[in-house]
Amino acid sequence: MKSLRAGKAMRDAAASRRIVPRNSQFCSTAAPRPSIPQSSLQRAIPPSNSTPRIARPAIRVTDTALRNASTTASTTELQKTPLYDLHVAHGGKMVPFGGFHMPVQYDSLSVSASHHFTRSHASLFDVSHMVQHRFSGSGATAFLEKITPCGISELGIHRSSLSTLLLPTTGGIVDDTIITRLGSELFYVVTNAGCREKDLAYLKEHLDAFVKDGGARVKWEVLHGFGLIALQGPLSEEILTGALAEPEAIQLKEMLFGQSKFIKIQLLNNEISSPLLTSRGGYTGEDGFEISIPAAETVAVTEALLQTATPEKLQLAGLGARDSLRLEAGMCLYGHDLDEATTPVEAALSWVIGKSRRTRGGFYGDSMILSQLKPKSKGGAGVARRRIGLVVQGAPAREGAEIVNDIGENIGHITSGCPSPTLSKNIAMGYIKDGFHKSGTEVEVVVRGKKRKAVVTKMPFVPSRYWKGTAPA
Amino acid sequence: MASIARNLRPAVSRLAFTARARTSTWRPSPFGLRAFSATRAAFEKKYTKDHEWVELSDDKKTATIGISEYAAHALGDVVYVELPELELTVSAGDAIGAVESVKSASDINSPISCTITAINSLLEEKPSTINGGPEDTSSAGGWVAKAEVAEVGAQDLAGLMDAERYKAFTEEQ
Repeated sequence: MKSLRAGKAMRDAAASRRIVPRNSQFCSTAAPRPSIPQSSLQRAIPPSNSTPRIARPAIRVTDTALRNASTTASTTELQKTPLYDLHVAHGGKMVPFGGFHMPVQYDSLSVSASHHFTRSHASLFDVSHMVQHRFSGSGATAFLEKITPCGISELGIHRSSLSTLLLPTTGGIVDDTIITRLGSELFYVVTNAGCREKDLAYLKEHLDAFVKDGGARVKWEVLHGFGLIALQGPLSEEILTGALAEPEAIQLKEMLFGQSKFIKIQLLNNEISSPLLTSRGGYTGEDGFEISIPAAETVAVTEALLQTATPEKLQLAGLGARDSLRLEAGMCLYGHDLDEATTPVEAALSWVIGKSRRTRGGFYGDSMILSQLKPKSKGGAGVARRRIGLVVQGAPAREGAEIVNDIGENIGHITSGCPSPTLSKNIAMGYIKDGFHKSGTEVEVVVRGKKRKAVVTKMPFVPSRYWKGTAPA
Repeated sequence: MASIARNLRPAVSRLAFTARARTSTWRPSPFGLRAFSATRAAFEKKYTKDHEWVELSDDKKTATIGISEYAAHALGDVVYVELPELELTVSAGDAIGAVESVKSASDINSPISCTITAINSLLEEKPSTINGGPEDTSSAGGWVAKAEVAEVGAQDLAGLMDAERYKAFTEEQ
């Protein structure tokens, strides 16, 4: 299995060498958007005003990720990322997620300890389960502008953008994605592991339609077997600098959030890695880098980072910490905070819509989405509900909890929630009726049949600390 | 290091790790093994498949309820505990509270029919107490509630597992 995947990766690499003139044989993109599921247990509990006599799901000591995976299990056998053995050797608690065996946490640190360590030092996450794609050919820009609302034409070389794959007409979000431009008609795209099969079918269908409608040639490849690791936390730059093969040639200070570069890592056996596409960004709100690595080199690069940094500065972290970190950073988890019935405007992701695209449109669902951009008060269609953040008193509100107004009427629901390790408050995101969405609005959330006070709160809950080229304020 | 097979069963492998890290962790409670004390032969501590425990007093009129060591360790750092209302009357299996970690929320279900007479307020102030000693019935322990038990409640105990059977049950998980 492993050698088979490695073989495929080699073919991919060889193919890319033919297509791509220079240093881009190994590429990925910026911020992966993986995803530890929320507690499906809590989700399964219907909001209820009934007495506690109603039988509810009991304590289950299986892991939440496992529980979630069991409901969305793929029919195919679980796969292993190139780092599977390394996870196990480091005491990784492996759970099925997105079709892969993934570490939810490690022996040495609890989820909250790992969360704190990421914000104070740095953590390394394996996100190789995410799907890495490459689009090239003279129709690549036009195709990506058809299926996503971001300003691909305006995107600079080695710049990344968050975007969304959209459904025609309705403008519903099929998945969220990071798109990185590597050449005039060369793009690296990362999509969610949990959406793998759906996205592949979507991309095939709409690429066929694009060609049928007379679109120019587009070559689409999936980088099967490639590794993707995320180095996240305030010490990330120092750690990566320490592992560079040519430290004098690469000034990481000059590489800002949302930018990418090919870099080589000094391996422990004195060899040097191939040039690896490294993007500054991530899914924790901290400064950090995401590094796309051919399967055969993934373990060596990861070991080099871990050993060069030392355990005092860098620890492995799993999906558990990743979920609480991304929620504190106000970032969406597809399948929970986003779905196909939700448009980017409802999801408070209007900022991904490129400036020029607000006038020229040309993407799936454009008339729906552009009409929603203008509020009802200004003659537009507006939206009936919006994604917001909440701080909840008392019990943590989890996915599925009902949001009510002062007279107990339903005005929305929670899509993600947890006790925030950084803030020691219960944070949540969810959708609320238009009009209740302003920061400071007081509402209530129903948890286990009891109403708990909550306040609409601006996200991110914890201020992001991306490297934007100036000394931190 | 844990074998792959163990890692395919996350709860169990986690348990194995914690058991190594903290020597005092998963053992069946010593209380459950106190059969040597002849005068306490009637003393009963039982476990549910949902990982709660209930310990009945000698006169079978009162009980203490909590979550098992196994559950506390598998759930991870508990950050919030919701306790029942006093004088709440419940049947076996009814929710009487909840335990929450960063990543999950789980209901605590009553192992038997009973009426709640006391709650462990320490868990509201310091939820991590439940990780420290979930089967500790002292004033500094992680027990959840005390209850009054009628005949039907005492009968409910028959359907529950003793410490030895519960240990075997968790090992199969």
